[in-house]
Amino acid sequence: MELGFGPEYDSFREEVRAFLKAHWPPADGDLKSPENERAFVIAAIDAGYFHRAIPKVYGGSGQERDIARAEIIREEFTRARAPAGRIPGNGLVVPTLLEWGTEEQKERFIPPTLRGDIVWAQGFSEPNAGSDLASLRTRAELAPDGSKWIINGQKIWTTHGHRATHMFLLVRTEPDAPRHQGISYLLIDIRQPGVTVRPLVQMTRQKEFSEVFFDNAETPADMLVGERGKGWNVTRSTLKHERSGIATMTWSLSMFRDLVKLAKTVERNGRPAIEDPRIREELAAIDGQLQSLVYSTYRATSHDVHDREVGWFATMPKIYMTDLAGRIARLARDIVENDFVDMGGPQLKWIERFMISLSMSIAGGTSNIQRNIIAERSLGLPRDARPSGGAA
Amino acid sequence: MNFLLSEDQLALLDTIRGLLRDKCDPLQVHKIFDTPGDARFDATLWASLGEMGVPAIFVPEEHGGLGLRMIDLAIVSELLGSFVAPVPFLGHALATVALALGGSAEQKAKWLPLLASGEKLATVALGEGRSDWLPEEWSLSVADGRLSGQKTLVPNAAEADLIIVGVKDGLALVEKGAGYTTKRLDSADRTRPVDTVDFDGAAAELLADGAAALPRLVDAAAVLLAADSFGGAEHCVIMSTEYAKMREQYGQPIAGFQGLRYQLVAMALATEPSRGLYWYAAHAWDAIPDKASWAAAQAKAHLTDVFLQVTRDTVEAHGGIGFTWEHDTHLYMKRAMLNWAWLGSPSRHRLRAADLAGW
Repeated sequence: MELGFGPEYDSFREEVRAFLKAHWPPADGDLKSPENERAFVIAAIDAGYFHRAIPKVYGGSGQERDIARAEIIREEFTRARAPAGRIPGNGLVVPTLLEWGTEEQKERFIPPTLRGDIVWAQGFSEPNAGSDLASLRTRAELAPDGSKWIINGQKIWTTHGHRATHMFLLVRTEPDAPRHQGISYLLIDIRQPGVTVRPLVQMTRQKEFSEVFFDNAETPADMLVGERGKGWNVTRSTLKHERSGIATMTWSLSMFRDLVKLAKTVERNGRPAIEDPRIREELAAIDGQLQSLVYSTYRATSHDVHDREVGWFATMPKIYMTDLAGRIARLARDIVENDFVDMGGPQLKWIERFMISLSMSIAGGTSNIQRNIIAERSLGLPRDARPSGGAA
Repeated sequence: MNFLLSEDQLALLDTIRGLLRDKCDPLQVHKIFDTPGDARFDATLWASLGEMGVPAIFVPEEHGGLGLRMIDLAIVSELLGSFVAPVPFLGHALATVALALGGSAEQKAKWLPLLASGEKLATVALGEGRSDWLPEEWSLSVADGRLSGQKTLVPNAAEADLIIVGVKDGLALVEKGAGYTTKRLDSADRTRPVDTVDFDGAAAELLADGAAALPRLVDAAAVLLAADSFGGAEHCVIMSTEYAKMREQYGQPIAGFQGLRYQLVAMALATEPSRGLYWYAAHAWDAIPDKASWAAAQAKAHLTDVFLQVTRDTVEAHGGIGFTWEHDTHLYMKRAMLNWAWLGSPSRHRLRAADLAGW
């Protein structure tokens, strides 16, 4: 048992470090310049560090699957504070296109998506289709000449909708078919008169999401991904891609480090709050839960590397992190006391986190949906009573 | 990244699991609870485990042992916990750790082969008073080769041929027949009975490097309790899940009711990720010295807390049958109770972990 990657990966790590030393920070020292970032991303793709799973012909670096290398790249790039090479907007579309797209769709959309020239919004949820996604009502009809789809309806919870140039969305194309069989997956350029994007204001006053309205919006007939009426299957592979990934754990770690810092700086009865036994003990208890997550994630990654099944833990990270974030936010509340009610005060960040931690229990599959997944896939309990083939 | 068990480790577990399935089924464990008088360990089972090398895991090869590490001891501890095995593993395994780390060449040569084979049984005496489990809180010391005073919650002291006693100046070795008396508690956990031991001028020999071995021994104890707790908690989740699939009410398996499903999920969520924490604590003991005490304290606190709560949830998930003497639920709850208290409560270990984290 070891936590590192073993000596066979040392030379790879050296190679990554040498690359970073040569390319980041940029020669002119301007970390914020989009041109510098773009040049860096292209160099990192050429070196085989970014978009490893995406074939070279579509602008990726076409590397063999190697979780250890991927993790070393992530670690070293994070340490160097270099760009992470994430796809702007919603990167889920790329794996979906690779799996279901036509050759033309792949060539047309994947390379500019990787370069950041196309930014995608996801159009799944609707006001009346949340966890029960298959009840969605936005419809698309093929024009009489068969050349294009005419789309009408509304999507909601669209992340960074105002930045997006395109959307991948689920629409009902066969109104008479059973609900899962009447759905198709379409791509659309949303910068057109038939599409209206309206930001949603969150309880934190921030605007990260939008509502998107379609009023006779159009997209060419060949923007259908997968078969007509089979969009549900296309979606399910999308969600599968979304619910994996090790990097999310580091977010919990950094939030906890902030909490410790807070407990050391804020005073309580004239002493740092961290010296109060009740605060101190709860901090340690949260740390116990956090370390459980950290080392189970290393365990899961190791199993992945060695092609072994990890067992129950596979379905658990999201809800476990949601619980942790809530617990961290509540202890911060206990530490800041009166500042907890002052959104113009010094602890706004923690007030926001108190609220934002709740979004984790909703976005990307609510906590109750996660519980259903754990019940069925990990514990092997019989499927919950719901219409056949329901979302989950 | 190789944070996983090797083929050898999995094979070791498979072999022991086979034996436990055969010789440590729940009926066997219930017998221990149903036999009146002082609780006794299952000598046949312990002998069979001895043949498989369980008492020899941490003993160096030159002394007839397997020469393995804390992670190996811990995963076996997990397995014994999942079967609530009524064997004196905890005290004996810790005694091998104490001797291997702290014994002089002669002390090791004399005792380790006997402990590795299981021919002699050993235990450790650490706690004093109501909850003085850490070396800085102890009052006993060896003077002129004699030891006097009281140790509490000593596992299987009555049966032990050798007691390793934690004292102010390190670790002392006391042989059976020396001046001490044991009094068995009416142990809730009859799978691992504990005694109060009164030393009255007992002949005691200090381990050569006992002072250095002492903190390592305390950390090892924390790791093994955490591992045992994981095994027990995981078993409880499985047991509750299987019961929910089988038990019918309102004309359907109760596993179909969302309220119960979410309770079972909550139990699994509390339990499964904690495996990584106890693995890490064992691994840190073996390989990351500056994190070992902190990780051990965290693991002891977190896992024993989780185990005890999961046993309560298990009773709730089973309903009436789960509250009876004849069901397995109470075997696990009582094991969890000892794990919770032995070596100090989770609360004490969290405060200790906070100190060790440098907060």
